[in-house]
Amino acid sequence: MSPAPSDTAGVLERKDLGRLLEVLNGAGYRVVGPRVRDGAIVYDELRTEEDLPIGWRDRQEAGTYRLERSEDGRVFDFNVGPHSWKKYLFPPHHLLWSTRQEGNRLQVAPGPTLEDKPLAFLGVRACELAALQISDRVFQGGVVDPTYSQRRSSALIIAVECSTSAPTCFCPSMRTGPEVTQGFDLSLRELLSPWGHRFLVEAATDRGRALLRQLPLRAGTEEDQGDLGAQRARVRAGIQRSLPVDEAHDLLQENLEHPRWETVGRRCLACTNCTMACPTCFCSTTEEVPSLSGETSEHFRRWDSCFNLAFSQLHTISVRSSIASRYRQWLNHKLGTWWDQFGTSGCVGCGRCITWCPVGIDLTEELAALRAKAPSTPTTAQGAKA
Amino acid sequence: MPSEPFGAPVPQESGTPWAPVPYRVSERTQETADTATIELEPLEGTRRPDFLPGQFNMLYAPNIGEAAISIAGSPSDLRRWVHTVRSAGKTTDALAQVRVGDVLGVRGPYGKGWPLHEAEGKDLLLVVGGLGLPPLRPVLYEVLSHRDRFRRVEIAYGARTPKDLVYYEEIQRWRGRDDLRFQVTVDRAGTEWYGDVGIVTQRIPDMRFEGSSTVAFLCGPEIMMKGTARALQERGVLTSRIYVSMERNMKCGIGQCGHCQFGPYLLCRDGPVLPYASVERFLALREF
Repeated sequence: MSPAPSDTAGVLERKDLGRLLEVLNGAGYRVVGPRVRDGAIVYDELRTEEDLPIGWRDRQEAGTYRLERSEDGRVFDFNVGPHSWKKYLFPPHHLLWSTRQEGNRLQVAPGPTLEDKPLAFLGVRACELAALQISDRVFQGGVVDPTYSQRRSSALIIAVECSTSAPTCFCPSMRTGPEVTQGFDLSLRELLSPWGHRFLVEAATDRGRALLRQLPLRAGTEEDQGDLGAQRARVRAGIQRSLPVDEAHDLLQENLEHPRWETVGRRCLACTNCTMACPTCFCSTTEEVPSLSGETSEHFRRWDSCFNLAFSQLHTISVRSSIASRYRQWLNHKLGTWWDQFGTSGCVGCGRCITWCPVGIDLTEELAALRAKAPSTPTTAQGAKA
Repeated sequence: MPSEPFGAPVPQESGTPWAPVPYRVSERTQETADTATIELEPLEGTRRPDFLPGQFNMLYAPNIGEAAISIAGSPSDLRRWVHTVRSAGKTTDALAQVRVGDVLGVRGPYGKGWPLHEAEGKDLLLVVGGLGLPPLRPVLYEVLSHRDRFRRVEIAYGARTPKDLVYYEEIQRWRGRDDLRFQVTVDRAGTEWYGDVGIVTQRIPDMRFEGSSTVAFLCGPEIMMKGTARALQERGVLTSRIYVSMERNMKCGIGQCGHCQFGPYLLCRDGPVLPYASVERFLALREF
C-alpha cells in the first residue's frame, strides 16, 4: 500500500495521466499543449492524452530541427518547438476595434478580449514560465492590454520540467531553468526508471491544489527523489551554450559600432523567424480592413518584426535599411535595452531563435564575438564565414 | 479520493485602451502644398482631454488607419484639438485632405512633453526645422500667456523654401511682438524672398541669450538637432538644458507595439521629448 499524498504534492502513475486531461476538460478549460504536426511539436488543443507527443523526441541544433521516434514511451521527452504560449495571450492576428460610419457619426466598438473558455496550458517549461513573467511586464506593467490580461489571469499553468536538454538550450546562464521552481499552478516531473514511469506532481496555488485533489496520487518515495536528482543532473550536463546575462546590457551599449554587426548582417536573411519563434518578442503592427461598401471597417493588430524593412519606416524612408542595423536593433533590445524598458532581460535561453534561424545564426556566438577584442583588420576582409 | 468540484474561473470582460473617440473636423487650413492644419471638436461632450505641450495624439482616418501626430493647438483652448499634418503616406494623405464636417477618431494624448518649468526664470530658445514647429507651437502659446515667467524668448525657424513655411500669418504677428524674437530662414529662395537664407543653425550666432542661463527646445530633422545642439554648446548652453523631440514610427502610442524604440527608450512612453544628453550618443549612430 502506498502512503497517502499530501495536499500539495504526490505521484501520478503514467497510466493515470489521462485523468488529468479528463479533469481539465470536465472543469471547462480549453486545454492546449504540445502535439505533433507538420514534423514539429507545436502547441494546439488537446482532448485526450493520445494527442500528446508520446514516444517522440526532437533533435535540435543551429538551423536544424528534426523529430524522431523514441522507444521508451516518455510523454514529454523533447524541448521547446517553434510555438510558444504567446500565441494564446498575444494572438498573431487580433481585432482591436471595428467602426461603423453612418452619415456624420462614427461608432467604435472594441474587439473581443474573451475566449469561450479559459485556457489550461499543459506542458509549460521553466524557460517558458520565465517568458510569461517577462510578457506580464510588457503587457500589464504599464498600460494593461485587456486581451492579454484576461487570458493570462484565467489561464491555468501546468508546468512540465524538462527531462532532456537540446544543444541549443542555455537557460542555466539566463537563470530561468531547467528546473521548474515557480510561476505555475501545477507542475509535473516525468520520471522513467526501473522504479516505474510516473510524474511527480506539485501544486503551488489554490487552483493547483484543487486540481491536485482530483488526481489519483500516491505519496513520493526516496526512489522518486533519487530518480529526479539523477534526471536533473543529466539535463544540466547536456546544456552546452551559455550567455553572460548580467554583462550583456553594457557589452552591447559599448559595442554598437562593432564590425561584427556587418558580419552577421551579411548572414542574416531578415526572414523574421527568430522573432516569430521567440516567446517574448512582442512587436506588432496594425491593419485596417474596410468593408467593400466602406460603411464598416476593422482594425487589427498583427505580429510584426523589427527585421521587416517597413518596421522602421519614417515618412517615406526606413531608418534601419541595412539588415545589419536590424540585427543590431533586435539583439540590443533583446539582451540590452529590454532591461531599461522592462527591468529584465528579454531572453530566457530557450534557444528557439538559434534552432529556427535558417542560416543558424546563434546569439550566444554573436555576443561572444562582441566580447572578444574588435578585429584589427577591416570587417570586409573577414567575409561571411563567421 | 476527495472529489470537490474543480471548476474553471469565469472570464471577466474588460475594455480596450486602443479604441479611438470620434471628433468632427470644424476647420481646415491649407498650410503648404502638402500640409494642412485641422481642428477637431468632440462629438460627445463639449471638451477634449488636457494635454501638455509636446504630447501627441493617435489620429484615425476611418477606413484608412492611424498616425501619431503632435498636438499643435493651445493648451488652454479646451474645445478642440489642433493638428498640422503633412501628406507622407496613405493615412497622413487622408488626414491632410479631410473636409469640414468629416468625422475622425482621436485617442491620446500620449507621451512626455517639453519641461517648460525648467525654463522659468531663464532665457528660452526654440530652434525649429521644417515641420518641427507644430509640436512647439503649444509652448509658444503657454509662454505668451505667462510671459513674465521667462526672460528672453528667442525662436529660430528654418524651412526648405518660403513655400514650406507653416503658420505664415501667425508668424507675422509673432514677429511684430516686442516680447519675443522670431527669426525665419529658408534653405533656398527666389527673388521674392527678402528674409534670411541658410540653414537654421546659422541663425544661432545671432540669437540673444545668456548661455549659462538658457533652456533650449529643439525640434526638426535629427541632423539639424545635432548641429543646433553643437552650436548651442559652443555658446555655453549646458547640455543638460537642451531638449529634443524625437520621432519614430508609432503604431500604438501606449508602449506595446515596439515600433518607436530608440535605444533604451520607447518614444511614445518615455518621449517624444527627451533630454539631449540622453540621446546624443545614439544620434551619432547610423541607422539606429
